[in-house]
Amino acid sequence: MIAEIGLGLLWFAAALSVMQLGLGIMILRDRESASASAFAATLRPIAVIQGVMVALSFLCLIQIFWVTDLSVKLVATNSHSLKPWLYKLAGAWGNHEGSMLLWVTVMAVSGALVAMLERRISQAMMIATLAAQAFVSIGFYAFLLLSSNPFERLVPTPPEGAGLNPLLQDPGLAFHPPTLYFGYVGLSIAFSFAVGALVTREVGPTFARAMRPWVLGAWIFLTLGITAGSYWAYYELGWGGWWFWDPVENASLMPWLAATALLHSVTVLANRGALKAWTVMLAVVAFSMSMVGTFLVRSGVLTSVHAFAVDPERGSFILVLLAIYIGGALALFGLRASTVQEGAKFQFLSREAALVANNLLLMGILAIVLMGTLYPLVTEASGTKVSIGPPYFNPASAIFFIPMVLIMAVGPMLRWRKSDKAQLTAAAAAPLLAGAVALLLVVIFGSGAGILPTLGLALAATLAVASVMPLFRSKTNRASLPIWGMVVAHLGVAVTMAGMASESAFTKETLVASAPGESHQVADWTITLLAVEPVAGRNWTALEARLSAQRGEGEAIELAPQARMFSSPPTNTSEAALLTRWDGQLYAVLGERAPDGRWQLRLWWKPFVPLIWYGGIMIGFGGLLALIGRLFQLRRTRPIRKVEQASEPTGQTVPA
Amino acid sequence: MIQAKHQRLVLILSAVGIILVAVFLAGYALREQASYFYTPSELAGAGVGPDQAIRLGGMVQQGSIQTAADGITVNFIVGDGKATIPVTYTGITPDLFVEGSGVVAEGRLAADGLSFVADNLLAKHDENYMPVELEGLDKEAIAASTAAGAVRE
Repeated sequence: MIAEIGLGLLWFAAALSVMQLGLGIMILRDRESASASAFAATLRPIAVIQGVMVALSFLCLIQIFWVTDLSVKLVATNSHSLKPWLYKLAGAWGNHEGSMLLWVTVMAVSGALVAMLERRISQAMMIATLAAQAFVSIGFYAFLLLSSNPFERLVPTPPEGAGLNPLLQDPGLAFHPPTLYFGYVGLSIAFSFAVGALVTREVGPTFARAMRPWVLGAWIFLTLGITAGSYWAYYELGWGGWWFWDPVENASLMPWLAATALLHSVTVLANRGALKAWTVMLAVVAFSMSMVGTFLVRSGVLTSVHAFAVDPERGSFILVLLAIYIGGALALFGLRASTVQEGAKFQFLSREAALVANNLLLMGILAIVLMGTLYPLVTEASGTKVSIGPPYFNPASAIFFIPMVLIMAVGPMLRWRKSDKAQLTAAAAAPLLAGAVALLLVVIFGSGAGILPTLGLALAATLAVASVMPLFRSKTNRASLPIWGMVVAHLGVAVTMAGMASESAFTKETLVASAPGESHQVADWTITLLAVEPVAGRNWTALEARLSAQRGEGEAIELAPQARMFSSPPTNTSEAALLTRWDGQLYAVLGERAPDGRWQLRLWWKPFVPLIWYGGIMIGFGGLLALIGRLFQLRRTRPIRKVEQASEPTGQTVPA
Repeated sequence: MIQAKHQRLVLILSAVGIILVAVFLAGYALREQASYFYTPSELAGAGVGPDQAIRLGGMVQQGSIQTAADGITVNFIVGDGKATIPVTYTGITPDLFVEGSGVVAEGRLAADGLSFVADNLLAKHDENYMPVELEGLDKEAIAASTAAGAVRE
């Protein structure tokens, strides 16, 4: 019964979104009429009810998974009665249909929040935004209801479910897809705001301030999602790598790059009234990248170690949605871009200019990643199969990334609108000195580090020092929460870079076949294989190696990497053993048994590798600080800073 | 001071410039760095040099996996039903790397051009996953050399 209720609620919500779009268009066409203003008041409630309906529908799906109702096809193919409860719960979104329902749910709930909370933008723009939001939702409702119904029954009911892919049975991964989806969907709200602003011709600071929290929120979730995904790949796949330039990874990186650019340009627009058309375009690009990412992951057109849902029909469905939304938004942008007001002026040497340069370089990286990800698809159409990996991505993206880090270092120290050279020189001295010292140290002591890792360490030092400098500036710019956010986030980038560079430059590896009792060296660690024994878990059995790790004369610590076997579905996974120390991580993997009875062991010492993920968390936390700061600014009833153009339709008037 | 109108023009031109640079750079690097996918029979006539990074895909021949004396080097034969090539790999083989199953080996031809040295092996993740690159293989040949049920589409 619950499945039918869930499906009914979903249809109801879909109908509401059609209504939301239809009413919105009607009102906008004839804004002055009496009926329009009467209907206008109904649009916010419709959006709110739509959000509630979908949320209830999603709760129905969770309930079905919770009780393992095997008469529902989705449960039977993705769950199992013996699965731990966390994965029963996560099973609701750990598959194609469920994750699409989650997508629609987050989207509708976000729309409801916009309708309830947003009070700054004009009524016309609110209506246009909600209509745009409904327009995007309809496509996804159609996708769910017509080709991916999560509530479909299965007759006859099987005695047991097929289980969840064991690689996904990991606490980190249980919450990984929702995290990324919050990011993707947050960008869809930014997209709707941009469409709303274009339709009503109100591209200005008010629009930017309304859109900013959504961009920030989306960006925080994407940052954390990418960080968590990278750590998952690092410890779960047992390959010891933290980034593979896998198409599925790129699918989340591309929207992040676009959202990062958008985040910076929306700040310029909100604070200075400049970069209007550019910001709108970035909002379109950012959401397009979410859609491209979804298409790549969902369509099964890619070769990927973690692609799933191989189904050409669904792929073409998303491709059509992609064409409609992106094509439509770009067409609207083309029609209206020329009517967007000129932005405020700024000089070549100014904070605005630095942000523009940063934006352009981010777009450069995005272009590199996008081309590298799509190229195999293009050549495949002509019959040639290729794969694109780190030898392409690393140097090509570094060409844009390195100047970007330098601009990132000086940008925050420049003044809005106009700076002078003396100020720039004074600001750049300390960071450049730090970078030079780091470079010297690496060249002297870090023998054999490649060019990119060496540069990376030097740049990380430069950026780290530069990042904290805004905290020590004159009292006219005392550090508000958003400033703190920027400092923490930029410092996080430096920390991540340092971790990546250190790992690629200084990792030590030992690969051996070992008999019990034998010892092996990796860096300054001595690892002894004590024994290999069978162990059993709730829904798996495993071979577990007991290793003793000793550093110099230090205390011996026991490590236990496992090779796990799951019976449903029949899969093997490798559970690496990790030992974290302040200066790095010891990483041990148990391999196969050689015919002569020895066991394969792969041992790594990875200096400072956890910095990669600590930095990622810092970046996300910086975003959170900024978001909290912005939301507090909302609550405060202080007059809006007078920087708007005289021609702003929202009414604030001041010379730039 | 630059006029606002000029400023917008400069912005648009720099955006176009950066994207063009990125595209050209990417295009050039892609030609150099793309590693091509071959099956053993395609590889035989492809004229690939020993320095070129390629991906080799096919089925691991029954009875061909042999572990060398060091315990960590495996030798096996990859075939596509028409041709075969011996492969050497040093390291821990992926889960589900078994005889009769699909595999994609990343690496390059040995100096003699007759065998393949793999840096990395990609096998099926579970019974539902198959490297997409292997889909075009001769299904009958695969079926003949594979345990029943191990390969699904």
